[in-house]
Amino acid sequence: MRINLDINGEIRELDVEPRTSLLDCLRDHVGLTGAHTGCEHGVCGACTVLFDGVAVRSCLMFAPQAEGSKITTIEGVTPGPGEMSVIQDAFCETHGMQCGYCTPAMVLVAHALLIDNPNPSRDDIVDAISGNICRCTGYAQIIDAIALAAERLRGANRPVELTK
Amino acid sequence: MKAAPFEYSRPADIDEACAMLAADENARLIAGGQTLVPMMAMRLARPTRLVDINRIAGLSYIRQDGDAIAIGATTRQCDLERSATIARDIPLMAKAIPWIGHAATRARGTIGGSLVNADPAAEQALIAVTLDAVLNYREDKKTIEIAAGEFFVGAMVTSLPSTACLTGLKIPVWHGDRIGTGFHEVNARRSDFAFVSSAVQVQLDADGTCKRIAIGAGAATDFPMRLTSAEQQLVGSKLDAAKVKDVVTEALADIEALDDLHATAAYRKRVAVSMACRAVADARASALGEKLHAH
Amino acid sequence: MSAISKFRFVSTDRRVREDRRFVAGKGKFVADIQLPNTKHVALVTCPHAAARIVSIDKSAALKMPGVHYILDGAELAAATLPLMTGLDTPNVPRRPLAHEIARYSGEWVVAVVADSRAQAEDAAEEVVIDYEPLPFVLDAEQALESNDILVHEAHGSNVLLDKTFTWGEVDKDFAASPRKLKLRVKWGRSSTVPIETFGVTASWDPWRDMLDVHASIQMPRFNDQIGIALKIPVTSVRVHHDVDVGGSYGVKRGIKHTVLCGYLSRRLGFPVKLLEDRLENMRGGDAHGPERLFDVEVAFDDNGIVRSMKMRALENVGAYAGRSPFQLGKPVGAIVGPYKIQSVQYRAVAVVTNKTTQDAVRGFGQAPTNVAIERTMDEVANVLGLDRLEIRRRNMIRHDEFPYTIPSGTTYDSGDFHAVIDKVVAHTSYEGLKVERDALRTQGMLAGIGLAACLEPSGGNATFEALLNPKVQTSTFMDSCRVNIDGVGSITATMHTTSSGQGHETLVGTAIGEVLQIDPELIRVVRPDSLNSLPSGTPVGSRMAIMLGGAAFHAATKLKTKLMTIAAHDLGIPVERAVYDQGNVYDKNKPEHRRTWLDLVQIAWRSYHRLPADMEPGLAASHIMQVPTGGTLPDADGRVQMYPCTSFEFHLILVKIDPDLGRPEILKYRIGHDCGVVINPKIVRGMTMGGIAHGIGAALYEEFAYNDDGQLIAQTFMDYLLPSSHEVPDVQIIHHETPSPHTVFGQKGSGESGYLGSPAAVANAINDALKPLGISTNRLPIKVSTLGDMIAAAQENKSKGH
Repeated sequence: MRINLDINGEIRELDVEPRTSLLDCLRDHVGLTGAHTGCEHGVCGACTVLFDGVAVRSCLMFAPQAEGSKITTIEGVTPGPGEMSVIQDAFCETHGMQCGYCTPAMVLVAHALLIDNPNPSRDDIVDAISGNICRCTGYAQIIDAIALAAERLRGANRPVELTK
Repeated sequence: MKAAPFEYSRPADIDEACAMLAADENARLIAGGQTLVPMMAMRLARPTRLVDINRIAGLSYIRQDGDAIAIGATTRQCDLERSATIARDIPLMAKAIPWIGHAATRARGTIGGSLVNADPAAEQALIAVTLDAVLNYREDKKTIEIAAGEFFVGAMVTSLPSTACLTGLKIPVWHGDRIGTGFHEVNARRSDFAFVSSAVQVQLDADGTCKRIAIGAGAATDFPMRLTSAEQQLVGSKLDAAKVKDVVTEALADIEALDDLHATAAYRKRVAVSMACRAVADARASALGEKLHAH
Repeated sequence: MSAISKFRFVSTDRRVREDRRFVAGKGKFVADIQLPNTKHVALVTCPHAAARIVSIDKSAALKMPGVHYILDGAELAAATLPLMTGLDTPNVPRRPLAHEIARYSGEWVVAVVADSRAQAEDAAEEVVIDYEPLPFVLDAEQALESNDILVHEAHGSNVLLDKTFTWGEVDKDFAASPRKLKLRVKWGRSSTVPIETFGVTASWDPWRDMLDVHASIQMPRFNDQIGIALKIPVTSVRVHHDVDVGGSYGVKRGIKHTVLCGYLSRRLGFPVKLLEDRLENMRGGDAHGPERLFDVEVAFDDNGIVRSMKMRALENVGAYAGRSPFQLGKPVGAIVGPYKIQSVQYRAVAVVTNKTTQDAVRGFGQAPTNVAIERTMDEVANVLGLDRLEIRRRNMIRHDEFPYTIPSGTTYDSGDFHAVIDKVVAHTSYEGLKVERDALRTQGMLAGIGLAACLEPSGGNATFEALLNPKVQTSTFMDSCRVNIDGVGSITATMHTTSSGQGHETLVGTAIGEVLQIDPELIRVVRPDSLNSLPSGTPVGSRMAIMLGGAAFHAATKLKTKLMTIAAHDLGIPVERAVYDQGNVYDKNKPEHRRTWLDLVQIAWRSYHRLPADMEPGLAASHIMQVPTGGTLPDADGRVQMYPCTSFEFHLILVKIDPDLGRPEILKYRIGHDCGVVINPKIVRGMTMGGIAHGIGAALYEEFAYNDDGQLIAQTFMDYLLPSSHEVPDVQIIHHETPSPHTVFGQKGSGESGYLGSPAAVANAINDALKPLGISTNRLPIKVSTLGDMIAAAQENKSKGH
């Protein structure tokens, strides 16, 4: 079926089978491969995207259901080619990753968290990422990264706009 | 893990959705999809038509309706979580919501979806049963009401007719002073399905006597149950721990507890008592304005 | 040890260069690689624990939309050779698709190729297979003791390996010891379970006779095994190493997947892709890890000095013999842990059963072995009424006793175990923890302190192969690096394997930068494909800091020497007077007399007339590194130098258990960690933290559980429970540094750190908590419900006055 999806601010006209998950649609039909396939049953969180600004599992939604909403992927929060956001840079600074497979999802979850809560406690961060499994890091440096990003965003000379 | 093929429809209103269900016995509604989609991915569910009710106007709301709070079927768990109305009027639900899955699944999961899915461990079903919610559904262009206590009939089984669509529920608000709530659940990981859970709401007299109490036990059995006999014995009491334990133990004595990979029946049966006792103690303490310790 | 006395880049808190691409979602994982005209595979798996395949009817499936081909085991077996196995067990052949008999539930029986994965799944449902269910065996002890049910009839028994080693005077030491203790410890079947499943794309080009393979692998001799199984020259297999691997920690082997897709691509003429879905991965992706039963007996004296140990390790490897039986061999290199146990009898037994085949898992058998050793140390202390930390201190090898040779023949390179422990308890008082624990107990909680001390053998050699299979004569396990300084003076280095998060590009850059005194960021690191590669043992056995870092160091050193030789020649001075300074070379006696980096590049590349006679032009060097201390085979008694280096870790934790619920909660977690000189602090910290989280999973949550029908019942992430951020405590690492004498910078391995000791620490903490009830548990994972039921039974017994 033909659908129109608003992905990273751009309307995409797509022809998909209804059974195509939003994840598969993004990866296979739109060519945005930053959302990753981990479990396809909604537990690991590797497929996280922002859906109207909120972190959701793109494997738990069929592509046609996403019509009418704003979808933001990791590609959409990356400022430009080779250019990192404050959050992405913080992940690099603390080495909040190893294999990089869960990383785009973690960055998006951090993004969604910091929009709502610019001054998160450690517990807030732990809770925010608890739906995203990382098998490499034991989470410590991811937590550090999000705390560092929050600190930097708070300390910026001008407010850095995190857009939904 | 790709779903089997299906047709996708987005009806304009609830009656059209019901008509689609009536026209195809293998059609299914989808709301949040947080349970249905993985079932479809594993091909354990294979509807021929998916009737998407997410965008039907007027199905997502939280509002006062007489002495109750009315909640629309497609109201998302995250909206309940953030709702000032829920926090004020249905505090027991506010306590339970953070235990549902993760933020990312609460962002999509709906209360109606959870109720009709009827997972034995579901928090929302437990709250509905504990607080005597009345569910309403639409079938054949008629709106029908059913008490939560009659809605759940088995593990993953409800009395909802196959061509009906749940439209919402009403949860009676308790009025007055000294109302307290308690919610406890135990699981392996913080965000897993509960092995056992308990939800309690209590109202005390000025002298601390129990005026009214509702005790629900979840996840231990096929569907949430009310510990009615315990409630009856506790009204008029001071809810002292020993008495609570006795009556709760008695109320749970004959249950047929679920047994699975994650918890034995013996565990569930035993810990159901602990959960209920703790939830009663928390509810009593909060009614008295005491500070609770975190769980 | 290193000639470098003060590091410029090593041990400094530098960023990890790989991270940039990952934060932007620009990693190149196998699923991201889309070759034109690729078709997709879905698998039909066996629903029975064991069954004869009576017939396969493909007709309906072949008519499904998008379907190109349906492959069964008979066709594949006729066209390919069985996969390489580690042991000499020719009658236990392992193939990608079951042939005649399927031996575990979830085993792949038929592969369907279609335009899309969804279509392949649609058609897979239409393949009709008639099975005749066969008797099956799930339990390792039953498989060992009885031949009534044979997993592989032709093998004649279920035993793949049963070898007993005796090192030292075990009988004498046991006879001489006043005290003995026996313990049985069970490590439940768990694994590493990366978030990326295994995936491969194989693409055959008949006009070039070339099979291009993109796969998410961590596998030594991968290309050899593919070529051999497919019966094509290994030079016709081109494995692309520039594929990011989404986690492995041992399991990303993928031989059977690649043979399957390689065969299909050759047969069908287009690229064939198999991305396991999570169910395929969990049931039959060869992703399971150790399931091990230990029977330990120790002999000790009244002071708690453990003199001798007998250990039987019984491994349930599942239905086929992969590399997993070798996981009984690797722990031989640290079989006494950090302790001075004088003699050891070790019986290693591997049996096949009708469970999913195991593969290599982080630590290669060491983590389970450490649980057995560390549980035993606790029990020795308990029976003597001695403190558990004190007993460890008494038994530990002292700093001045290194290098120290253990009874099984491995010499530990260096360590200062007592210093690490002292540092940890200086950070967090042990006595203070006891006060905290006792206060919790007073409040009605169960509470326990967990201790675990263990080694991380590192530098991964493959000597365990020869130890367990005498036909194998392997005594080296190389890694390599090639460094080229190009005609304008830029540096490119190569590494010859894939990585799965270890930061190898950063490692190579740092090592070369250190030697050449050049900013590592300026050094390009690339991964040639397998046909352009030098040997690599791949990132197994906690080896790359030592082996790849070492190879990079040596290759760069060769170039540094060449630069100095060219400069000395051009300056007309003896090379001894040449001083290398950040790429420039000057005369020690006349520092203004110098040649710059660009001068030297000019000479080497273009001014042959200024080169010393007979010197090769250009600036390229490679180094193939032998494992330090390697090069010998095991002796007749199975004494063997296993790995070159030993990292050390000491865990100290506090656990609380609500007795009504049986749900353990880790309140404090401290680890003292010594992996020699740390090359990149961010990477080492991450490895350790991740290892601890993984170990907590193995101790408390993770198990591939089977029901009595032989069905895997923990096959989704709803039932196989991976620790989330909620379950992993805030860990404090206390760092210590005892350099290794065998490595270029003094570094040791850290790829398995944390994981090797955390399961033991958690198990010990829980048992300490249970002690007041007079009960204990030695079966991992320790699940909430089981623990709760145990506690309730003990309390009931107690209240009855038992």
